[in-house]
Amino acid sequence: MLEKAREGSDILIEVRFHGRGGQGAVTAADLLAVAGFKEGYYTLSFPTFGAEKRGTPVASFLRISDKPIVQRDEVYNPDYVVVMDPSLIGVVDVLAGIKKDGMLIANYPKGSEDLKRHLNTDVKVYSINATKMAMEHLGRPITNTAMVGALVGATNIVKLETLKGTIKEWFEDESLAEKNIKLVEEAYQYMKEVCKW
Amino acid sequence: MVKVKIGLGGVTEPLVSKNMKTGDWGTEYPVVDEEKCTACKNCEIYCPDGCIKVVEKEGKKVAVPDYDYCKGCWVCFTVCPADAIKMEVKELYKVEVC
Amino acid sequence: MRKVVRGFYAIAHAVKLCKPNVICAYPITPQTEIVENLAAMHAEGELENCEYITAESEFGAASILVGASAAGARTFTATSSQGLILMSEVLYNAAGMRLPIVMVVANRALSAPLSIWNDHQDSMAMRDAGIIQVYVENNQEAHDLVPVAFRVAEDKRVMLPFMLCMDGFKLTHAYEPIELLEQEIIDAFLPPYDPPVKMTTKKPLTFGAYAPPPYYMEFRAIMHDAMERARKVIEEAMKEWSSITGRDYGGHTFTDYDEAEVAVVAMGSIVSMARDVAEEMRKEGKKVGVLKIRTFRPFPADEVRKALENVDKVIVLERALSLGSDGPLTLEVKSALYGTSKEIHTVVVGLGGRDVPRDLMVKIISEVYEGKVKPGFRFEGIHEYEEVIP
Repeated sequence: MLEKAREGSDILIEVRFHGRGGQGAVTAADLLAVAGFKEGYYTLSFPTFGAEKRGTPVASFLRISDKPIVQRDEVYNPDYVVVMDPSLIGVVDVLAGIKKDGMLIANYPKGSEDLKRHLNTDVKVYSINATKMAMEHLGRPITNTAMVGALVGATNIVKLETLKGTIKEWFEDESLAEKNIKLVEEAYQYMKEVCKW
Repeated sequence: MVKVKIGLGGVTEPLVSKNMKTGDWGTEYPVVDEEKCTACKNCEIYCPDGCIKVVEKEGKKVAVPDYDYCKGCWVCFTVCPADAIKMEVKELYKVEVC
Repeated sequence: MRKVVRGFYAIAHAVKLCKPNVICAYPITPQTEIVENLAAMHAEGELENCEYITAESEFGAASILVGASAAGARTFTATSSQGLILMSEVLYNAAGMRLPIVMVVANRALSAPLSIWNDHQDSMAMRDAGIIQVYVENNQEAHDLVPVAFRVAEDKRVMLPFMLCMDGFKLTHAYEPIELLEQEIIDAFLPPYDPPVKMTTKKPLTFGAYAPPPYYMEFRAIMHDAMERARKVIEEAMKEWSSITGRDYGGHTFTDYDEAEVAVVAMGSIVSMARDVAEEMRKEGKKVGVLKIRTFRPFPADEVRKALENVDKVIVLERALSLGSDGPLTLEVKSALYGTSKEIHTVVVGLGGRDVPRDLMVKIISEVYEGKVKPGFRFEGIHEYEEVIP
């Protein structure tokens, strides 16, 4: 999608992340805000806040554009929706307002077909077992980096290399950064394969 | 169109928060080993949400978590001196199909 | 250096470069991370010659800063909502004692009912305290105006507290690219604080002493004079700052379009979107413009009157209420427009964090432009409601 911008047309990509407090939905949006910025775009990410407790359903938003971003309202018509937690499916209206040619990517262990049936939608829907991947790489069910990798794998909104560089800088702990980079790569490759672009 | 009902002064009945079941928030949940549990009440005292209680069960006092509200915060697990509580990943997160 | 940072970091970073001597605060969301960042910087040894004091309440925080400022320290604090209200007793004193405390208010609604989300009701409640109030539109502006705040507050012609108001969450928690200031730039712009009067252990002084009826009025009149003088001082500082940073902070107000028939008057982060919508409407030949109010105290009435001179209809976007009267911004705008006959719409939006979607902004402006709504006071983006006795 960002190729369009390189050709000179206007772009505004809007992404909505659904997660639960503590899973890093906010960080997911932030990572892409930094990565997008590194590729020369204007970016804005921000969370919605409820009671800030571990486990509550939360959303965060990301805008990437080739122009300064003036819109600070929530994202109502996302190009992409990322669902970090399978238990949100059916609890939160994750597809709300999604563009017709948009795409939803969910951490959902039962496969894309099952998810599509469950959501009953014509919009492109892809799943990835990010909890399993995160448990393997990090030993904890924190799925944000995996889901960012998956989103980038599915959409190529930023380059994988840029994302890896961003993650390397993000984590102070070097070994944690390495683990997350591996996780991102696996999720990226998996999604790239699934989406076959 | 349905009107939003606003109670005068934001007054509410007591314990309406009971309707807000938070049990699906966590990724893990505590499981009590009733053999090991000494009913010391540490978990009951430390639980930030008051959702693990020592009760009489088949003649023995044991800690019983309330899964309707438990958010899987690990506090009971951490404070248990008898190593009687373990945290288990919920089924939802275990399935491996894809 | 251009970097993607969160709003609260943008503030903390700028405050650090202004070399404060005493920072004192009490945590309250959505302000907390500003002082958390400063506390971390202090712990890392990045803040030389600076005391970081954790107070037991906002009342305590403001009181400590009154003492510190009276002793000649450059002082900073940040707060929100109930915290600001708890500070209010002390802040009126700080203004009366002419102490140039700089504070950031991460704007948030007031209780009851409890709400942690953004609107302008908290800082509006401090409207009459004798504190300069500036509202920022984005995090770059928030970052850039921190040195301006210190410079204006500490100017001997002013000597009043300065409140930099930024929308809580919408700005404080937004992550976006910021041109971060460099130390040399700030050092050249902001001289060290040179207090005209300060107390020491050798020279104890009383601040804000007793003023019986023969003196009190004159005392307050002098404060009013200082606030009036602040207009020019703010303008000077912003002009100089713009020439240094290259970013234009054209004074107390900012107008995007001179031939508007319908003008939106707004403050804070909502301004950007209003301007974007107006720009789009102008492409359709509709003469819509936006007047951003940056300085709210002292209120730039002359600039507002001039900016709205040829406008037929004015839409004031209110993010606060003055229950039982017009919105606080409307009152100012109406007062500035006294003697003219314009259609004025007071549109209250986004209280307690209610999002203002772009579509709503389009609806608000279009309806006024097309003459579909009567002027006066109304809420927008509100559900039908009824009050019930539980």
